Amino acid sequence: MATSYWTLPQFSTRFVHVWRRNLLVWRKLAIPSMLGNLADPLLYMFGLGYGLGRMLDDVGGMSYIGFLAAGIICSSTMMSASFEAMYSGFSRMHVQKTWEAILNAPLTLDDVVLGEMVWAASKSFLSGTAVLIVATVLGLIPSPLALAVIPLIFLTGLAFAGLGLIMTALSPSYDFFMYYFTLCVTPMMLLCGVFFPLDQLPAAAQIFAQLLPLTHAVSLARPLVSGVVPPTWLLHIAVLALYAVGSFYIALALTRRRLLQ
Amino acid sequence: MSTAAPLVATGLRKSYGTHEVVCGLDFEIRSGECFGLLGPNGAGKTTTLRLCLGLTDPDSGTITTLGRPVPQEARTARSRIGVVPQFDSLDPDFTIRENLQIFGRYFDLADHVVRERIPDLLDFAGLTSRADTRIQTLSGGMKRRLTLARALINDPELLFLDEPTTGLDPQARHVIWERLRRLLKQGKTLLLTTHFMEEAERLCHRVAIMDTGKIIAEGAPHALITQHIEPQVVEVYGEGALDWAEAYGRSHAERCESTGETIFCYTHDPAPLIADLDQRGDLRYLHRRASLEDVFLKLTGRELRD
Repeated sequence: MATSYWTLPQFSTRFVHVWRRNLLVWRKLAIPSMLGNLADPLLYMFGLGYGLGRMLDDVGGMSYIGFLAAGIICSSTMMSASFEAMYSGFSRMHVQKTWEAILNAPLTLDDVVLGEMVWAASKSFLSGTAVLIVATVLGLIPSPLALAVIPLIFLTGLAFAGLGLIMTALSPSYDFFMYYFTLCVTPMMLLCGVFFPLDQLPAAAQIFAQLLPLTHAVSLARPLVSGVVPPTWLLHIAVLALYAVGSFYIALALTRRRLLQ
Repeated sequence: MSTAAPLVATGLRKSYGTHEVVCGLDFEIRSGECFGLLGPNGAGKTTTLRLCLGLTDPDSGTITTLGRPVPQEARTARSRIGVVPQFDSLDPDFTIRENLQIFGRYFDLADHVVRERIPDLLDFAGLTSRADTRIQTLSGGMKRRLTLARALINDPELLFLDEPTTGLDPQARHVIWERLRRLLKQGKTLLLTTHFMEEAERLCHRVAIMDTGKIIAEGAPHALITQHIEPQVVEVYGEGALDWAEAYGRSHAERCESTGETIFCYTHDPAPLIADLDQRGDLRYLHRRASLEDVFLKLTGRELRD
C-alpha cells in the first residue's frame, strides 16, 4: 500500500507560503546579500573583460567584455541558484528542520520542494538581472532585445535550482556540495562558452557541452543581447525547460525518500 | 461519548526494510482526553505519530484522524491538528512574533486573523515581553512554550505532542504541564508521547504502553498499576542489599527485582520488610506506593534500550 516516491507531484498554491517565508528571511539581509552576489560576477567581468580584453581584437564579432557580459549573466545565475538550493536549502531541510515544521501544517513535500525551487530561481534571477543592468549601464548591451534575456534568466535559475535540490536531497553534510561544484559547476563555467566561444573546444568536448544546461543558456543569451534571435532558440529553451522539469521530479522523489520514511 | 473519536487506528503496520517498527497497532483516542503513548526508545512512538499525521504511509491498516482517512486526506486532517515535534524546529531567522505569523500562513490563515491571535498565544506561552526578540536568545523552556503556542496557531481540535518536556528543567516542565492542563480544560484532545512516567501519570486519562511496535498494556494509569503490579514497593540500596534479599526479602515480598546493588520488593504488605530493615539498621531503604514506572519496567524490562 505504501505509495512510490515516484508518484507524480501534486501541485497546490501553498508552495507560495514557502517562497514567502524565504523572501522574509532574505529581506532582513537583502543589501549585503545583493552586494555579495554582485561582487563576484562583476570582478570576473571587469577583471577578465578589461584585462584580457585589451589583448584581443574582438571575440565572436564583439568586444571581449561585451562577449563576456552575456556569459557572466548566465554563470552568475547558475552560481546563485546552486548556492541557494544547496547550502541554504540544506540548512532549512536538515539543520533547522524548517521543512519538517512546515510538513506538520497542511503542506506537502511537493509544495515545499516546489517553493524552494521557485525561491532559488527567484534569488538567482536577481543576481542575473543585476549583472544585466550593470552591463547595460556600461553600454555593453547594444540591443533592446536583451529584455528577452530576463525570462531566460529565470528559466536558467529554475534548471540549476532543481539540480541543486537533487544534491541537497542526497547530501549527508555541507561538504558533499564541494563535489558538485568541482565536478559540475566549475567544468560548466569552462566548457559552456562563458569565457570563450564553444568552437575553440575539441569536437568531442563541443558535443559534450551541448548536453549541459549552461551551454544553452549562454547560446541563447549572447545573441539576444546583441540583437539577434538565433534560429535554434526553441531548442535552447526546450533543453533548459527539460532540465528544470526533470530535475524537479528527481529532486522531489529523492527528498520524499529522505524525509517521508 | 457524544463526539466521534478524534483518532482511530486499526491494524497499523510499518516496516523499514526487514525491520518492522509498528506491528499491528490498534488504538482509539476519545474526544477531550489526554492519551499517552509510552514506550522505551525505539518502541515506535514517533513512527506512530508520523503515520497518524500522514507523513509516512503504513504498509497496512487504517487511520481516521478527525473523521478523515489518512494518508489520503491527511492535508485536510492536518489543518485541524497542532504538532509539537520532538526536536526544536523554530525558525532561527525570525522573532517570536514572526515565527507565529509565518506559521499561520501555512494554514492559509489571513495575516490579520493570525495577528489577532498572536497576543493570546504570547500570553499563553508567557512570552509577551519577548515578542520581538530572536529565537537564538531564548532558553530551552521558552522555546518549548513557543513551539506549543505555534502548534495552537490554527486553533486545533487535536494536539500531537512528541516528548514535549524532554531536556527541560523541573520548573520549565511544570509550566508545560500546567499549560497542557489548561488546553484539556478548553476541551482539546491531546496525544502525548513520553518516557517520563511521572508526566503520563499526572496528565494522561489513559495510556498505552508500547514496546517493539506493539501495545502491551492500555488503560488509566491507576488502573494499570492495580492490574499489573503489587501496590507497595520497598527499595533497598547498597552493599549487602543482595544478600539481604536472598536471606529475607525474597521470602517476605511477593516479587523482587534487582538492578546493580538496588533491590525492588513488590508486596501488598510491606510491614515485615520494613520491620526487618529497621531492626538491622545498616541498609538504606525507601518505602513508597507503586507507580506507573514500576508497571512500565515490569512490562518492558530493565535492560538498556540504545
